[in-house]
Amino acid sequence: MNQWKIFINGIFKENPIFTLMLGMCPTLGVTSSAENGLGMGLATTFVLIMSNLAISLVKNVIPDKIRIPSYIVVIATFVTILEMIMQAYVPALFNSLGLFIPLIVVNCIVLGRAEAFASKNNPLSSIIDGAGMGLGFAMALTMLGSIREILGSGKLFGFSLYPEDYGILIFVLAPGAFIALGYLIAFINKLKKA
Amino acid sequence: MTYFIIIISAIFVNNIVLTQFLGICPFLGVSKRISTAMGMSGAVTFVMVIATIFTYLIYTYALAPFEVTYLQTISFILVIAALVQLVEIVLKKVSPPLYQALGVFLPLITTNCTILGVAIMTVSKNYNLLEGVVFSAATAVGFGLALVIFAGIREQLELVDIPKGMRGAPVALVIAGILAMAFMGFAGLVK
Repeated sequence: MNQWKIFINGIFKENPIFTLMLGMCPTLGVTSSAENGLGMGLATTFVLIMSNLAISLVKNVIPDKIRIPSYIVVIATFVTILEMIMQAYVPALFNSLGLFIPLIVVNCIVLGRAEAFASKNNPLSSIIDGAGMGLGFAMALTMLGSIREILGSGKLFGFSLYPEDYGILIFVLAPGAFIALGYLIAFINKLKKA
Repeated sequence: MTYFIIIISAIFVNNIVLTQFLGICPFLGVSKRISTAMGMSGAVTFVMVIATIFTYLIYTYALAPFEVTYLQTISFILVIAALVQLVEIVLKKVSPPLYQALGVFLPLITTNCTILGVAIMTVSKNYNLLEGVVFSAATAVGFGLALVIFAGIREQLELVDIPKGMRGAPVALVIAGILAMAFMGFAGLVK
């Protein structure tokens, strides 16, 4: 498989949200605005690229039996680094994402790619796979965040599109997350079959 | 009184699945039948309470005194992963029937974000050990409640003729949304 194919595979064909249904918690939890969705997506992309790289470099050293715990330690290390970086440079985003940043550790996508891809491929392909999967995830989160922000508060990335009073408040609240994602997945299923 | 508020708040007002969006994967994954939903929530309750006790002790006596609290994510996840293995081994020896009932769900729990989420929340809310135990048990009950209600709805759903594009995940998410709306009715009950 050439590198470009690996990259595109993560964004469209095996998009983590729309086809694999992995990492649903942050998808629903942080997408009350497009900006939060994009921020979370990029944060996860960082962890995915770095952990994929690290794991593909040390894959031959790790004994098979303890590979899952070792992967978790590698991932948790990068999440801790990310936490510190975000707290220092983007404190506002750090606060609005809150609990979901440490929870990147248990995001199934990251461990899933480590096990399914990085443990079998060379470092370069692993970085590209991480970037593709991460950007696919970021794209899905930004889409869902935009839909919820436009419908719920009449804004997109903070820019007002129509008066906020006409917004459907439920879309920025918890139930709106489930309903918007449900219809978005149904729509994408429809597109795929067409 | 504080314990009562913690319990009501964790089960209904701030339900972990429907308002805080943690544990969505098992919520969607093992909610096809009421019996599996019961098994999963039993296993989660068991592990969550034990994990909260251990992570609380580690945070208070190992991380906080040395000012290395930035290690909390990495140490908590290791403790939880080890604990799940340990619980599995102990349960297999001590209580085979319980192991039969919960066994298949245990490996799934390591990557269940509710466990790590509750451990971190207990620390960040400055609960003491007893409050933490009550909080984690109540949260687990809230998780089980949402899971069992959802499984009940999905069992009925199998008999319904759903439009092709909506089958599977989409309709499950829409139902979860309506369920979340119902739980919003509890908002404001506890400050």
